[in-house]
Amino acid sequence: MAAPQSQNALVRWIDRRLPVFTFINHELNEYPTPKNLSYWWNFGSLAGIMLVIMMATGIFLAMEYTPNVNLAFDSVERIMRDVNWGWLIRYIHMNGASFFFIVVYIHIFRGLYYGSYKEPRELLWILGVIILLCMMATAFMGYVLPWGQMSYWGATVITNLFGAIPVVGNDIVTWLWGGFAVDNPTLNRFYALHYLMPFVILGVVGLHIMALHTNGSNNPLGIDRKGPQDSIPFHPYYTIKDSFGLGVFLIIFCIFVFYFPNALGDPQNYIRANPLQTPPEIVPEWYFLPFYAMLRSVPDILFIKAKLAGVLTMFGSIFLLFILPWLDTSPVRSARFRPVYKWWFWLLVIDVFALGAVGAHRPEGWWIVIGRFGTLYYYIHFLIVFPLLGIFERPLPLPTSISAAVTKGGGKLAGASAPMEKP
Amino acid sequence: MRRLAPTLIKGALIGAGLLLAPIVAQAQEETPLPRTSWSFDGPFGTYDRAAVQRGFQVYQSVCSNCHSLNLVTYDDLGPNGPGGGIGYSEDQVKGIAAEKEVTDGPNDQGEMFQRPARPSDHFVPPFPNDQANRAAHNGALPPDLSLIVKERAAGLGALPWSASGADYVYDILTGFKNPPPNEKLPDNSYYNEYFPGHHIAMPPPLADDTVSYSDGTKATTAQEAHDVVTFLTWAAEPTMEDRKRNGAKVLIFLVVLTGLLYAAKRKIWADVH
Repeated sequence: MAAPQSQNALVRWIDRRLPVFTFINHELNEYPTPKNLSYWWNFGSLAGIMLVIMMATGIFLAMEYTPNVNLAFDSVERIMRDVNWGWLIRYIHMNGASFFFIVVYIHIFRGLYYGSYKEPRELLWILGVIILLCMMATAFMGYVLPWGQMSYWGATVITNLFGAIPVVGNDIVTWLWGGFAVDNPTLNRFYALHYLMPFVILGVVGLHIMALHTNGSNNPLGIDRKGPQDSIPFHPYYTIKDSFGLGVFLIIFCIFVFYFPNALGDPQNYIRANPLQTPPEIVPEWYFLPFYAMLRSVPDILFIKAKLAGVLTMFGSIFLLFILPWLDTSPVRSARFRPVYKWWFWLLVIDVFALGAVGAHRPEGWWIVIGRFGTLYYYIHFLIVFPLLGIFERPLPLPTSISAAVTKGGGKLAGASAPMEKP
Repeated sequence: MRRLAPTLIKGALIGAGLLLAPIVAQAQEETPLPRTSWSFDGPFGTYDRAAVQRGFQVYQSVCSNCHSLNLVTYDDLGPNGPGGGIGYSEDQVKGIAAEKEVTDGPNDQGEMFQRPARPSDHFVPPFPNDQANRAAHNGALPPDLSLIVKERAAGLGALPWSASGADYVYDILTGFKNPPPNEKLPDNSYYNEYFPGHHIAMPPPLADDTVSYSDGTKATTAQEAHDVVTFLTWAAEPTMEDRKRNGAKVLIFLVVLTGLLYAAKRKIWADVH
């Protein structure tokens, strides 16, 4: 039921001049999707919904928040106490950041397991990594806004990282701060950028979806769709599956928002920022812990100071994701048919969790050792394991088609409305 | 459903891992904090209004001599407060506020003047500024207590199985002891079993019968500590009851909705082979 044939004359009139209805129908209704997507494929739409939730709650918070070092902390507490439903909006926004990262991290690991970054989805993957970087910047700046102890000291530590850049480092830090310490100008610009970044993310998400819809979703088998028997239209099959997944997700999310709203945050951030008093430990939010661990794990290497080496290692860990489509030499996408890669994948998952634990601990004793090996392994995984596995691993035979694998012998067309697949 | 179960289990494991990392992070070397049972514990916990009022009495007569409570207004105690206050009427709130003097102004002559506090005023601090407070306490600054319960929760202390901020404050208030025989205390400090480093600048604030409760409750040290912590927990998050009450409604709605969505999903997917 494409829009030009709509019963509604107004819809037909608009669509002939501005084909929004055709577009929506094409991309959200008849959009052909592999019929074997598992629940791991829910996390893309969940991430999109989280972005909308964060922007919606954020705009209302912005109406009550005051970006001034003397007023910010009190304005947030005023939202918690005096603004109608302010506590709910803020707790959703605060926990939403954590859940946004949970969703996106699962989404990324799903891509790693099923080889979703491989030809022809390299740009789709790279756009995703750009979204991750933008999210990190947004989350970091957002965490500074309540102007609690961790806000202030976290901002101080992270902005100081740019001081590691040779020659111009210190000038860059002064420029970032808008002064000689993290202070009111820093808070003001972080607020402005924190409001801007989600819209940048929204734009990149648009490109991400455009790239996705060009070649369609990957699937748990990692093989291309061979014909209409392999596809089902996005609506109603995946709209309802995503809706159910959203319900399950919201239940877990709301348990945190309503019953453990402060469990994922640092209690120190309920102490007003005090530039004269360093907290006993400066720890980033949990979603940055693996990166924080890498930052602190690197010792002096030859003539490179530990600080610069750590910064390079940390940013390098993301850079590796950008070039992953060319590091992985295996033509087989799904780990289901890669008997060796499957195990290495889980090793990487364990490695990232271990690095997270390292990031949460003071760098003493065993934690230093685990941190160094964890960081080293992360690099080995990308730079050595990925290229070599493609050469030495013998993949299992791939099924001839999605349909053949699902029904063990050719399925029939799903639903009468299933469209022909694009050639 | 068969495919869903292992997926959910894996998801739960990953979730558990995410949660465990910070728990491990916050394990501290200090004496483990004993836990206390609170009226506001659990998903249906509420503030015991009688305890909050007794705790308010303890705060007014003991804590407020040194500690401010800047984020709370007198109106918060009454029916206009978030979550409906702690059970005082509007007239009672006016009376409580009027006991304190605040500086206001300037008036028509350009002069600042003193007037009795009004319900809309924030709790009047014991000292005009931090410097004055420090000067009166050998250089130590008694912290503001508005959020003390939230800022002292040990990491994931907001989860039910670890000591909460309320437990911490209670343990500090009841944790004063004689120092071990070989340990010499610095000047102007006291030994507290649960304070990080054990040397605290605050003298033991509570003793049996420090206050005499108007409702006839026996004022033991433990009772006073329990009451004042209940009050401070209310002060840190007066909207908690609202939050939990709405949480129950939201979750019931979501569970029903998700059940319906699952049924719809099954029905729609029935013809996909």
